[in-house]
Amino acid sequence: MSAPTVSAPQTTARPASRRRLGDRLLWIYVWLILAWLFLPIAVMIVFGFNDTQSKSNVTWQGFTLKWWGRLDEHPQLTEAVINSLQVAVVSTLIVTVIGTLLGLALGRYKFRGQGATNLVLFAAIASPELVMGASLLSLFISVAVQTGFVTVVIAHVLFSLSFVAITVRARVVGLDPSIEEAARDLGASTWVTFWRVTFPMILPGVVSGALLAFALSIDDFVITEFTSGAVHTFPLWIMGATRNGVPPQVNIIGTLIFAVGVAIAVFNAVSSRRRT
Amino acid sequence: MKRLTPYLLILPGGLWLAIFLVVPMVFMASVSTQEGDTVNGFVQTFNFSIFGDVLTQYQTQFLRSVGYGLAGTAIAIALAYPVAYWIAFKGGRRKSTYLLLVLLPFFVSFVLRTVSWKFLLADDGMVLGPLKSAGLLPADFHVLQTTVAVIGGLVYNYLPFMILPIYVALERVDPRVIEAAQDLYASRRGAFTKVVLPLSLPGVFAGVLMTFVPMTSDYVNASLLGGPANTMIGNIIQTAYLQNNDYPTAAALSFMLMAAMLIGIFAYARALGTENVLEAAAR
Repeated sequence: MSAPTVSAPQTTARPASRRRLGDRLLWIYVWLILAWLFLPIAVMIVFGFNDTQSKSNVTWQGFTLKWWGRLDEHPQLTEAVINSLQVAVVSTLIVTVIGTLLGLALGRYKFRGQGATNLVLFAAIASPELVMGASLLSLFISVAVQTGFVTVVIAHVLFSLSFVAITVRARVVGLDPSIEEAARDLGASTWVTFWRVTFPMILPGVVSGALLAFALSIDDFVITEFTSGAVHTFPLWIMGATRNGVPPQVNIIGTLIFAVGVAIAVFNAVSSRRRT
Repeated sequence: MKRLTPYLLILPGGLWLAIFLVVPMVFMASVSTQEGDTVNGFVQTFNFSIFGDVLTQYQTQFLRSVGYGLAGTAIAIALAYPVAYWIAFKGGRRKSTYLLLVLLPFFVSFVLRTVSWKFLLADDGMVLGPLKSAGLLPADFHVLQTTVAVIGGLVYNYLPFMILPIYVALERVDPRVIEAAQDLYASRRGAFTKVVLPLSLPGVFAGVLMTFVPMTSDYVNASLLGGPANTMIGNIIQTAYLQNNDYPTAAALSFMLMAAMLIGIFAYARALGTENVLEAAAR
């Protein structure tokens, strides 16, 4: 798509230089906002290299690489990061399967109860995390289920389900049905048509849904705090550590997760540009 | 068999949503009307007076949460609109790069970003420390533990959720419509206020939904950046559930928060259509 060019008729046009000045100021403003968004991230990255002596990592005391070599110095932190990754992998696997099925049903078929399903998906996105967490905890307390790894996975599947279903639905709606018809006309069974024709076409939607679910899971704090019991994830550990001082290893792990995220995003952007 | 296919497809996801989204709400309502403690157990007493009690007791925090949510949402609209506008109309070929830049901060956990703000704004931290030693600020000046810090943190954390839906709405505005307005002798300002702004309002509405609700129920910003004078309803619920084990109070508070939110959300969705809001949310 080309950039929209707005050409005002001569009678009402302001001097071009003034208009350009407005655009220029707006451009500076956009970069100021972006700088603001990135400021705490820059702080996080830089303070992973801070030669701090005390327990708290707040003031700059010189450059060092030593923390990178002592990443596993805090066993509970390491455990929390591993918990985060395990929860994210398991919940992403579950939610990708059931979310894709849901997205397929909503995008492909017209059925009774479709409106209600859409409404529940909408409610799952719109209801605050605090309410989701609190009500899940009420359920677990009432039926005397011990909170822990399993309840965290249940919660993570719950809050990412809508996002996966909607991402897949968007892809399914965009498909040309005549391609599947052609496959069937050429004698493919429903099963074969799905795996050889439909699934490869919706795969980009499934993959981006899965990535989104993984990212949401790694990041979540509120629902996890309510459903985790004694199990700590990475964000939970950081929150607990703010009382005694956050060690530089937290900054480094944050930086590594950020780097992986950026790499995936850039790869995704470049490969989708090549496709079009 | 063919007619059953969609039902089989939605079965696992639908069950998950029913068991873990809908049923818990019922249990939360039930817990709120119980009495007892963790040692002797809780008994269902259908004590509905608890709703009135907690409302009077925590009125301040309820009102403060709504106030912070409204202020944060208003500031977010003001900050986000020009960004979305510039990316949509002036971003040119780099549009997707700018959007990526807006989204990249999400790869760092929001707890970690808020902790970074706590360090940045600390009384003798990187920003205030040098200004104080240079004599530009009084020694007892502080940002942390103030309303400004909490609302600032809320705006920071939810700003991209305002930029994106506004961008999506503006992106859909056909430039020819603007040209037409100007051909009909609308000034640049007129074309904006009479054509572009009204067309972008659905995006603003979606953004309001996606920022006001989480801001109002947030408790991380208040506990990291605020002090005892800035506690929000989320902090009360979190403490009651996870530290005091006062489940009935916690459940009653979150039930009322949910009721207020759901009424608002569904009134809103009815007026605007869930499809549009969902689409904006999924971007």
